[in-house]
Amino acid sequence: MDLSAIDPITLFVGLVSAATPLLFAAIGELVVEKSGVLNLGVEGMMIIGAVCGFAAATTAGSSAVGFVAGAAGGAALALLFGVMTQYFLTNQVATGLALTLFGLGLAALIGQPFTGIKPPPFHGLDIPVLSDLPVLGRMFFRYDIVLYLGVGLIALVWVFLNRTRTGLILRAVGENHDAAHSLGYPVVKIRLAAIAFGGACAGVGGSYLSLVRVPQWTEGMTAGTGWIALAIVVFAAWKPWRILLGAWLFGGVTILQLNLQASGFLSWLQSLGIPMQAQYLSMTPYLVTILVLVVISADRTRAALNAPGCLGRSFTQSG
Amino acid sequence: MSVLLDLDGITKTYPGVKANDDVSFSIEIGEIHALLGENGAGKSTLVKMIYGLARPDAGAMHLGGVAYAPHGPVAARAAGVAMVFQHFSLFEALTVAENIELGMENAPPRRELAQRIREVSAEYGLPLEPDRLIGDLSVGIRQRVEIVRCLLQSPRLLIMDEPTSVLTPQEVEQLFATLTKLRAEGVSILYISHKLDEIRQLCDRATILRGGKVVATCIPAQETARSMAGMMIGQELAQPSVRDFSPGEVLLELEGLSLPAAGQFGVALHGIGFRLRAGEILGIGGVAGNGQDEFLLALSGERRVEPRMIRLAGRPIGGRGPEVRRGAGLLTAPEERLGHAAAPAMTLAENALLTGRRRAGLTQGGFLRSGAIGAFARRIIADFDVRTPGIETLARALSGGNLQKFVIGREVLQAPSVLVVNQPTWGVDAHAAAQIRGALQALADGGAGVIVISQDLDELMEISDTFAVLANGRMSPVRPATGLDIETIGRMMGGAFGAADAEFSHASA
Repeated sequence: MDLSAIDPITLFVGLVSAATPLLFAAIGELVVEKSGVLNLGVEGMMIIGAVCGFAAATTAGSSAVGFVAGAAGGAALALLFGVMTQYFLTNQVATGLALTLFGLGLAALIGQPFTGIKPPPFHGLDIPVLSDLPVLGRMFFRYDIVLYLGVGLIALVWVFLNRTRTGLILRAVGENHDAAHSLGYPVVKIRLAAIAFGGACAGVGGSYLSLVRVPQWTEGMTAGTGWIALAIVVFAAWKPWRILLGAWLFGGVTILQLNLQASGFLSWLQSLGIPMQAQYLSMTPYLVTILVLVVISADRTRAALNAPGCLGRSFTQSG
Repeated sequence: MSVLLDLDGITKTYPGVKANDDVSFSIEIGEIHALLGENGAGKSTLVKMIYGLARPDAGAMHLGGVAYAPHGPVAARAAGVAMVFQHFSLFEALTVAENIELGMENAPPRRELAQRIREVSAEYGLPLEPDRLIGDLSVGIRQRVEIVRCLLQSPRLLIMDEPTSVLTPQEVEQLFATLTKLRAEGVSILYISHKLDEIRQLCDRATILRGGKVVATCIPAQETARSMAGMMIGQELAQPSVRDFSPGEVLLELEGLSLPAAGQFGVALHGIGFRLRAGEILGIGGVAGNGQDEFLLALSGERRVEPRMIRLAGRPIGGRGPEVRRGAGLLTAPEERLGHAAAPAMTLAENALLTGRRRAGLTQGGFLRSGAIGAFARRIIADFDVRTPGIETLARALSGGNLQKFVIGREVLQAPSVLVVNQPTWGVDAHAAAQIRGALQALADGGAGVIVISQDLDELMEISDTFAVLANGRMSPVRPATGLDIETIGRMMGGAFGAADAEFSHASA
């Protein structure tokens, strides 16, 4: 085994980049859940964002157009969910699952003409002096602009939720929608806005996959990222900064297992008489997801304390 | 004095019900005006219209001489109308300051708001700490938050819906002092309550609603509680019969019952022990949120404890679940009618089956005996005067009082040896409440043991043979209910049974 092939700086750069789609999807879903809505359709909104972003970027020849289109596509799909759950009061869990299935199918349809094409290149920043610093320059100052926007978005969401009146109202709606209504706040409108925001974020996350990470369009390319994003929201206990931590943790596990596969870790294990397939390593991010959820859910009082009081409950106006 | 709010011919119809029919009355500036009526008399509908949560079908309102038709609570608050809700409109996971900010139109910056909360709350004798989480506060303090939220907006009219139902006697006194101070400052108060003595003590005038219509306006100080009750329900109240209390053998014995808190906002029970004898009604008082719910869950078997902690007729059953306990004769009726005592989306017949299956013999070999279920449900409806179209009506379609009669009736008719009820008459009108109390007394007369958990001290004093208080998850010693004065009980509620006990034993020595 050649562990020296794993360069810590490359690993760090890789995990930060791998975490970005997760980070966008998870911070969007956090806002949605804070408003009391459980949208399980993150995976569907991400893949729609990925295909819309890719299609728009290759057609227009501009990555920026691609990201905007990805956000719009994700938001449009989310609003479909919003109208169904908020006006027609469909079950949020079932509708969210349906949204994922619908999104995967629709994305495959839209994406057909775009398989095998390369998107316009999207370069990292080149900041004078900073980007040229040894080690630090590579670790912190050479990423693309969207990645920095993602970290900035976390800070913005934190400020919004904790320091603004609108954010307070959004939390109030998620905490107790009946009380918010009796104080005169428009529960359904606030939730729709949150759902659209969540969709747009998931869409940007999806676009980042197809435009920067991979970068190409393949069917089903999100490969469960949306589900991990949902888990990260729970892992983060609905706190914005912990989304960053969670996304980096899961991004790190993904990158680490890829690096281990490349480093000959498997053949080393086999030489020790432990038969190990590459598939087991590919499983690790998902296994870690399950493990983390189990550990967090074990402490029921803490999970219950942070979860919005009306999460997943439909609001009907009475009287 | 001049008129602040004038209601003229207000009418509101909901499908199938005329909730308000040509309601006219006026509230003067600096007046505490009582709105009295049984459940379903139309009080809440009327208040909703004043606060902008509903709009009248006909009629007009004038506030300070200007036409007043609020489109929503925001408009109502802007016009100077504030409301303290019966079921608080507070957010448990938010702080006091955040909750107050949510109820204000033009909230100042957080730091300034916190300062004003401290000032105003101290000025009116309702001290608050702005940074505490609502979930950590007692019910009495939560009500302060609601009131201070209203006061910060300098309202002209303050609506209070059943404000004292959750307060200790001392807290009630404090509240009355605050309201009197507000009245002196020229604020008008619309005060909704069932408690006639309070209204006589506090209110300048009273408007009485029955069946959606105004049936009388009176000056409470010149009336008796009985005469007002008569106007309210249109007939004389049945007075409970005086019972001879001669306890029999011990039915239920609790020993060192302890239970950890269920959640962040739960209460742990510590070392509760007492004996309940045949024919005894044990009243358990205390402010809500001091372990009443946990106590009921421990007795019903929804939360298990060590077997020896609860003994029914000598048999340790602390480790058994609800079905086994029902079979052994220990039945319970929890406080929350919809969702705990009854399944809202199921019919009355199905709800009768849910707890009555075993004792009323409603299943056979795993199959439902629909004839027997129907007969059992119809018997509950007939014996307890439940007003419903039939046994196929959904539980959630019943009014609170009717459903409560059904829930209590369902347990009573299973002939329990011990029945535990939590808040049996919460939100139930005077007439139905009297019926429920009568049924509980009849059950005890028949040799059962009854535990009544309630926040209504008058009720407990009326029906209990023995009395104890739950405070902070601990229970005071059980003592005879006769001869207890309200001051002592109030101190016990505050958790000072040590002192109260010393005094008690001293006095009896």
